[in-house]
Amino acid sequence: MISTLFFILPLLLFYTVIVVYAERKISAFMQDRLGPMEVGYYGLLQTVADLLKLIQKEDILPAAADKKLFKIAPLLIFVPIFLGFSVLPLSPAWQSSPFSSALFFLLAVISLDVIGIIVAGWASNNKYSMLGTVRSAAQIISYEIPLGLSVLCVCVLSQSLDLQEISVQQGILVKDQANHLFGISAWGVDTTLTGGFITWNVFRMPVLFFVWIIFFIASLAESNRAPFDLPEAESELVAGFQTEYSGSRWAIIMLAEYAMMLLVSFIGVILFWGSWNTPLPNMGSFTLADWTTGSPGSISFQVWGIFWLVSKTLFTVALQIWVRWTYPRTRLDQLTSLSWKFLTPVALLLLIICSLWKLLL
Amino acid sequence: MQEFVLYLFIVASVVSILIIILNRNVFYAALALLVCLISLAGIYALLNAEFLAITQLLIYVGGVMVLIIFGIMLTNRISGKPLYVKSQNWIAGISISVGLCAMIVYAYTPMTLQTSSANTAENHIQQIGKELMSTYAAPFELSGILLLVCLVGAALTASSFKKNTHG
Amino acid sequence: MAKSDILFYLATFLFCSGLLITFTKQNAIMILVGIELMLNAANLNLVVFNYQKQNLDGQLFALFIILVAVCEAAVGIAIILKTYHFYHTSVPDQINELKEKF
Repeated sequence: MISTLFFILPLLLFYTVIVVYAERKISAFMQDRLGPMEVGYYGLLQTVADLLKLIQKEDILPAAADKKLFKIAPLLIFVPIFLGFSVLPLSPAWQSSPFSSALFFLLAVISLDVIGIIVAGWASNNKYSMLGTVRSAAQIISYEIPLGLSVLCVCVLSQSLDLQEISVQQGILVKDQANHLFGISAWGVDTTLTGGFITWNVFRMPVLFFVWIIFFIASLAESNRAPFDLPEAESELVAGFQTEYSGSRWAIIMLAEYAMMLLVSFIGVILFWGSWNTPLPNMGSFTLADWTTGSPGSISFQVWGIFWLVSKTLFTVALQIWVRWTYPRTRLDQLTSLSWKFLTPVALLLLIICSLWKLLL
Repeated sequence: MQEFVLYLFIVASVVSILIIILNRNVFYAALALLVCLISLAGIYALLNAEFLAITQLLIYVGGVMVLIIFGIMLTNRISGKPLYVKSQNWIAGISISVGLCAMIVYAYTPMTLQTSSANTAENHIQQIGKELMSTYAAPFELSGILLLVCLVGAALTASSFKKNTHG
Repeated sequence: MAKSDILFYLATFLFCSGLLITFTKQNAIMILVGIELMLNAANLNLVVFNYQKQNLDGQLFALFIILVAVCEAAVGIAIILKTYHFYHTSVPDQINELKEKF
């Protein structure tokens, strides 16, 4: 438990510094600019400089704000998200708090995030903040349904809510069951020992790819990222619920936002893209999957697991950044109708297809 | 350690309830209710009802609480002024609730909790799933219908029908 | 005092304070809060009693109570919003159109 704390917290801080830099560079690349270039080689130290500036800034409390709530709101946003990291399986032999309903717990934790946002918006005593808060509550509540349904599709396949169990099923370490190509046992292509990307959940049941698209859209909305960043729409609401925040408190809110991106990416990778399993399959005498998994009990076992999980997750984060700088922001009515009229019915349909796939094939 | 955490949760829930009763600010009352519900979830988790604890977090804290806070915001005209609530009937209320409390405590005979026989099964969730699909299948289906009816009902009640405008 | 006794008294306290809140507060949303507290008191009792049983009946009952509570909250908030829309107040005592005027 303690070891996870000492792993996740530095990872989170380091990741935030890197990803803020990456986001600026990627957006600059997409808009044909250079991005930060001054501080350090290629602007590498720009985020560090920004962080130092934020910490030095005066901590401004608006006169008409609700002082106590205003002060604790950033922590209320950050703590639930950080709680979510406590149940993630980081490698085959390392899950800090293993318990059988970890996935359910993660869903609960994601929904707790909204309370902090509401408190922040209310305590700021500002019209922009209030509007951002109302939008955020509507958004997070309505997107929880497609998110929950898409997670349910994976549960149908893996018959478990334990994240470590779900992870083990997607690789060569699986014990008491056989994996078949696309989950169709009638073809007789046994992929249990092949491993690699072939046994990831999206390949064990190809329908899950479409489910992942729904999950990805819903997770963008849950983490308030563009094109669903209505709660903080900077061009209409100044900065939404965080308008009144400055200095270190604002830094915590930003940290929470980036941590949320990382958390939903972790969940996406664990559920759909093979968790800590290697993407390289065993091919004849080239047992790539065995080589890149490590032997159980050794240190390489841990290192490979963390390496694959974190690199796949960072790839998903890059995808989120790409989406942010590609699509324009949606309107509020478009946002809710996308959730209720499109994503939810499609997710229900996919859930039925997944159940039939699991039952019949 | 577990005992200590349990007592911590109990104290937290009692204090938050006192805040709800004594505080006049509705928003603070809602946040106190939030603390109370989270501590109840903690108590459930310590009583081996892990699934129920997470359900409590997911549904009450993430759903009902947000609904209640949303209701507070929308009945406050987004004015920014704290919404104070008046109270009335203190004598009647206190006498009825204290009387009920006394009656329940009088009727209660102390019992001992056999912790040994508690269900600490590993596959707790599988057990709940099987029970839901076998013994409790009828209430389960009925609750599905109830949810659907309530969804439609709430949507119809809250939405405004205007014939002349679009949508 | 044993652990179960304390939890039982906590449940009693929850129920009675829920009742008190429902009685005294002059706001529809606070009444809803009181009702939620009373339902939670019932849930806590069921979980405590289930703790010493082999089966899961108490927990499942609590699960259904949570479900009904959600329905009640959703419909309740919808009604409160609608009444606020018509009467511009969330104080139940002020909605007295049908009351006989003396």
